[in-house]
Amino acid sequence: MRTLLAAAAVATATLSGAAGAADFQPAIIFDLGGKFDKSFNEAAYNGAERFKNESGIGYLEFEVTNESQRDQALRRMVQRGASIIVAVGFGYATPLDAIAQEAPETKFAIIDSVVDRPNVQSIVFKEHEGSFLVGMAAALASKTGKVGFVGGMDIPLIRNFAYGYEQGVRHVKPDATVIANYTGTTPAAWTDTGRASELALGQFDQGVDVVYAAAGLAGTGALQAAADKGKLSIGVDSNQNHLHPGSVLTSMLKRVDNAVYNAFKTAQDGTWQPGVLSLGLAEDGVGYSVDEHNKEILTPDMIAKLEEARAQIIAGTLKVEPYQQ
Amino acid sequence: MSDVWIQLVLLADSTLRLATPLVFCALAGMFTERAGVVDIGLEGKMLGSAFAAAAVASVTGSAWAGLAAAIVFSCMLAMVHGFACITHRGDQVVSGVALNIMVAGLGPTLADAWFHQAGRINVTGPSARFTPIELPLTETIGQVPILGTLYVELLSGHNILVYLAALALPLSAWVLYRTRFGLRIRAVGENPSAVDTAGISVEALRYRALLVTGALCGFAGAYLSIAQNAGFQRDMSAGKGYLALAALIFGKWRPVPAVLGCLLFAFADAAQARLQGVAVPGIGQIPTQLIQAIPYLLTILLLAGFVGRAIAPRAIGQPYVKER
Repeated sequence: MRTLLAAAAVATATLSGAAGAADFQPAIIFDLGGKFDKSFNEAAYNGAERFKNESGIGYLEFEVTNESQRDQALRRMVQRGASIIVAVGFGYATPLDAIAQEAPETKFAIIDSVVDRPNVQSIVFKEHEGSFLVGMAAALASKTGKVGFVGGMDIPLIRNFAYGYEQGVRHVKPDATVIANYTGTTPAAWTDTGRASELALGQFDQGVDVVYAAAGLAGTGALQAAADKGKLSIGVDSNQNHLHPGSVLTSMLKRVDNAVYNAFKTAQDGTWQPGVLSLGLAEDGVGYSVDEHNKEILTPDMIAKLEEARAQIIAGTLKVEPYQQ
Repeated sequence: MSDVWIQLVLLADSTLRLATPLVFCALAGMFTERAGVVDIGLEGKMLGSAFAAAAVASVTGSAWAGLAAAIVFSCMLAMVHGFACITHRGDQVVSGVALNIMVAGLGPTLADAWFHQAGRINVTGPSARFTPIELPLTETIGQVPILGTLYVELLSGHNILVYLAALALPLSAWVLYRTRFGLRIRAVGENPSAVDTAGISVEALRYRALLVTGALCGFAGAYLSIAQNAGFQRDMSAGKGYLALAALIFGKWRPVPAVLGCLLFAFADAAQARLQGVAVPGIGQIPTQLIQAIPYLLTILLLAGFVGRAIAPRAIGQPYVKER
């Protein structure tokens, strides 16, 4: 039944918008959680939409709902003649490695992982740098000196968020306590909002008053729990400040939207390059969000401190270590 | 000492929150199964009612309307199950599985068509969700040492569905063991021919049992989408229906042991969420993977060691045929 459903789902992968020039056809494949996860995938979706609106060229899209569809989705896009296929998420690394060899003419881009093939662009982010800054914000805003971290699937990528966050917290308050929990060890962790909410509640009970959720869609559960309990939270990937104004302190922006947009754009104008792109604070690949929803809680004083640290990190005088296994 | 006490109380508090959907679901399953109809479709009914609750609550902005919709939709699903396996004497397991699969696809599809959020429904607004209720006098009673903590942290501050789940247990037990309806339900699950001989319709009784199941599953689903979480999403029941069914068998189809089974599962879940990243004295930090296996290890140990033989209602799974 599973395969039947999967086949039906592949068959309904739709062409969104009108296809533009017949010779250029971009495609994007989202990760588990779906394109409206208010986080990682939604950032990618926004980038693709920006390209569509600016160029008038529609894109092929697909949202996987289980692991086995990843391979199918990639093959399907190749068969449909996509010029560039952006795979959103590290989970595509293994199938992409095989398919990139089978389709050497197609351009691929993968986000959050490195696939070493001559027709693949690997886009990775220095999450630890962005997380460092929001870690500082958490420490500055915390009254109890205890801050929390709710991660998604327990993998090195998410540990990198946690590691940078912890360094940021300690930069401000060396004796602060950081409690880190993960929503799971399987891909289902990305969608388990109930578990994320329960973990956040558990941290609040232990005295935490600011929680950083880096768990994709599941993270919205932690943000909800913080809003319900009158605590502060920090969003991830997309700007999540608007979800609970006055409760979301800031969001660690991971500019997946720019990455997707640039991949489409460069493939269209012929300047696309394979290889590894590593985007950090210096490249504006990561950052934190300030808007009308958090201006009450993220004070100018805090922002000044964050900006100072940002400049130091870019200049290289302040080192943020990435997570090493 | 007081710190450990507070942690224990908070663990119990978390257990109650996690047990609520399981309790509703296990009690729901008890009625159908005691009436002799296998209900593997608890999962589907819970997921379906989570969808209905989120959809209606997000449109009307009323959590109560959401709950009502959840109950109605869940009862409709129960009636489909009844039509297939009571009226038409179909296989009860097949019908239940079919319901589960249908709902798993139907919910996200309809949500996508109506709300354009890629199969999700967000429920926002204060009155669209059941929010925690502070019981009276928490300020004063909170001053009392030890027992005060118990009252403030454990008993107070849950949403209404948690309290309703606590009420559902004595109510279900009373209905099943102290009323004429309950006696007939139990009889029809053991020996439907005897019930038929007494001039009572077996089919009508089983349909009524399914309606009770539908209503209780509705509460479980509404809890998932408009109390515990703020919205519906694909596969959000995440196997809780099967877990409740396991607790029911664990508890030998009796209300109190079944609910204890639910509490055990919920406790293991709560404990594993809290043990993560905490250094245990003498052992150090336990790896996440090991901690997340605790509920399953506990289940196997208990099933193997303590529960003993579970005897099902005698006529369970057999469609009633009046004469051949």
